[in-house]
Amino acid sequence: MKDFTRAGSLWENPRSMPLSGKGNVLPAYDPKAAGGGADFFTTRLETMVAWARSNSLWPLPFATACCGIEFMSVVSSHYDLARFGAEVVRFSPRQADLLIVAGTVVDKLAPTLRRIYDQMPEPKWVISMGVCASSGGFYRAYHVTQGIDEVVPVDVYVPGCPPTPEELMFGILELQRKIRSGEKSRDERSAARAAAL
Amino acid sequence: MSSVETVSLSKSAQRLRDRFSGSPLSERVEVFDLDLPTIETSPADWIAVARFLRDDPECGFDLFLDLAGVDNLKRRGRAARFEAVFHLLSLSRGEHLRVKVILPDGTPPGLPTVCEVWPAANWFEREAFDLFGFDFPGHPNLRRLLCHDAFVGNPLRKDYAPGQRWFFAEEDLRMPDWAANSEERAGHFETQTISIGPSHPATHGIIHLIARLDGEKIARAETQIGYMHRCFEKMAETHTWNQVIPFCDRLNYVSAMINGVGYVRTVEKMLGIEVPDRGRLVRTILSEFSRIMDHCVNIGANLVDIGGLTNFWYLYQPREGIYGLLEACCGARLTVSYVRVGGLAIDVPEDFVPRCRALLESIPKFLDDVDRLVTRNRIVRNRFAGTGTVTRDQAVAWGFTGPVLRSTGVPYDVRRARPYDFYDRFDWDVAIATDGDNYARYLVRMEEMRQSLKIIRQALDVFPASGPVSSDDWHVVLPPKDAVYHDMESLIFHFKLIMEGIRVPSGERYEWIEGANGELGFYAISEAGPGPYRLKPRPPCFPMMAAYEKIIVGGSISDAVATLGSLNIIAGELER
Repeated sequence: MKDFTRAGSLWENPRSMPLSGKGNVLPAYDPKAAGGGADFFTTRLETMVAWARSNSLWPLPFATACCGIEFMSVVSSHYDLARFGAEVVRFSPRQADLLIVAGTVVDKLAPTLRRIYDQMPEPKWVISMGVCASSGGFYRAYHVTQGIDEVVPVDVYVPGCPPTPEELMFGILELQRKIRSGEKSRDERSAARAAAL
Repeated sequence: MSSVETVSLSKSAQRLRDRFSGSPLSERVEVFDLDLPTIETSPADWIAVARFLRDDPECGFDLFLDLAGVDNLKRRGRAARFEAVFHLLSLSRGEHLRVKVILPDGTPPGLPTVCEVWPAANWFEREAFDLFGFDFPGHPNLRRLLCHDAFVGNPLRKDYAPGQRWFFAEEDLRMPDWAANSEERAGHFETQTISIGPSHPATHGIIHLIARLDGEKIARAETQIGYMHRCFEKMAETHTWNQVIPFCDRLNYVSAMINGVGYVRTVEKMLGIEVPDRGRLVRTILSEFSRIMDHCVNIGANLVDIGGLTNFWYLYQPREGIYGLLEACCGARLTVSYVRVGGLAIDVPEDFVPRCRALLESIPKFLDDVDRLVTRNRIVRNRFAGTGTVTRDQAVAWGFTGPVLRSTGVPYDVRRARPYDFYDRFDWDVAIATDGDNYARYLVRMEEMRQSLKIIRQALDVFPASGPVSSDDWHVVLPPKDAVYHDMESLIFHFKLIMEGIRVPSGERYEWIEGANGELGFYAISEAGPGPYRLKPRPPCFPMMAAYEKIIVGGSISDAVATLGSLNIIAGELER
């Protein structure tokens, strides 16, 4: 078992370093180990902000279909998304920073999705929940958008049809890790499509 | 098919034939006896035939069920390329009828609208216009319904490539003409037009309501759908019979099991195979649990819409229990894909009965909690009672079925009207109310959940401890894995089924069951190919959504939100 209670151990262990090298997870503060009892720690401001952001996500559920029902399960008392600091579900894009696209997006809805994404203030992230949102799923058909990354950039894809609540939670944890490490993912394909819209 | 059924069918077909022979229409219709009594007619006579079918006391087909277009391009031995196939129901007689209007070749396909005869036909005709390009002269609002406004072509025609998409941008969206101009009257302040949706919490994601407000009252409204049209019917035509099951589960994804049962029953009837009692009992038990789930979500979400969040958490708890049961049976929680043509995918787990009994113990507690919190709650009564009212006649004219029709006092429940599986052997009641408002719908759903529990309890009492859940017709059902490894013949069956799929004899069939929303029918046409030639579900919430814009006029905008929730619109089923 590694001792993560001491601030120093994080820096000594290279595996705990963030992948991108841009930021760092916040060192845990332990007054006993500090020796002097002074109530402060040092970090970079952006690390601190990223940590705060990652633990206070305000999701906007763009729930269209079956995945929306599973999303309801995730925020319900049984699975309780509140444990991960992402339970303040907002239906206004202007108050949200995480767009969870849960369900099939069809061509008629795609411009609306883009409009909602544009209305969200920066910084913002997108989780594509389920295979329909990720790739069109098994609807390889005349009216179904073959993945929402045709219109908006996606940070985390959660597979499943629909994904179990645990899978979506893993996706959110994965996004939190991404936010803390400062990784960005804005793929070229969606940018090109968005320019045309 | 039992012999009793055949005789009664012929009798009703015979009666129709007698009825027509005495009328002026005698020369112009032909009566056949397929799985349902079937009438063939031409577009020129269709209006007269429709009026006769509705108004003649011996016919009385007052409820419009479905309109399915058929493209015969790749069918053998058909007189004309296009047919419009209508399904009608006579509530007083409890009989179904199919009417085929043959659209002659050489002219653009079209037939007169029957919106005047059955107002429910309105959206069904728009759908046929959209997907097949049928023209309906005289239709009040003949515009695309499911496909977006920049779409080119008619996707359900057989010569349309399944994957051909068209680019749609925001400015292509067509709003109704009346929405563009404001309305000013002397001595009155200006009305305003607002657009709610498609992404709005109260519209459950994907419905677009355009309403003209006079103060807070809705003066005019129009709903636009198509934001979830994911091409179920085209997908069904491009997959094999068993591959369609997962697509069916995603029609009404809140009660997925019932859709699967409805679909495979249609195919089983076409094949003429019987499912063992144990398999049918499992289907019944899980269907009734699904009905409970559906009503839980509906009531919970409806109460959230009017501001009562607590009940949503209460009602979600039994759902999690039922999810656990479904997961133990088939591995999936929501979209189960548990049924197969001829039975079930796998046997139920050993602890199936104890699990069900545990749920029977736990679910009533949550229902009682909600009952105590809501049923006599003054705020709820003020919001629900007298809002979104539908009269009995309106409900029938608009083609409603299910809890919404029963809340207006019509005791039509498929489980009672034409019992399938074991519903005639159990002791249960059809829940009805008379007011037809949001409150009546809430009461009907609450009572239906209790009746479902009653049905499940009786089904568990007679549930055999062991036995097959699937038919042993190896032309349809995969042989046991053990036999496949040790027995040449089983291996051959396995190989043929996997490589070629089920071969369903040519023909057509309409089978219907009681979905959570109402009569869920599947109209299937087989051309003995690997998959359906045409598969048209009869979506129960489609006519309700069509009537929604009429129900809410005159009420306030907040009542419209409560009404939308209580109609239980499920996008997957609505737009398929």
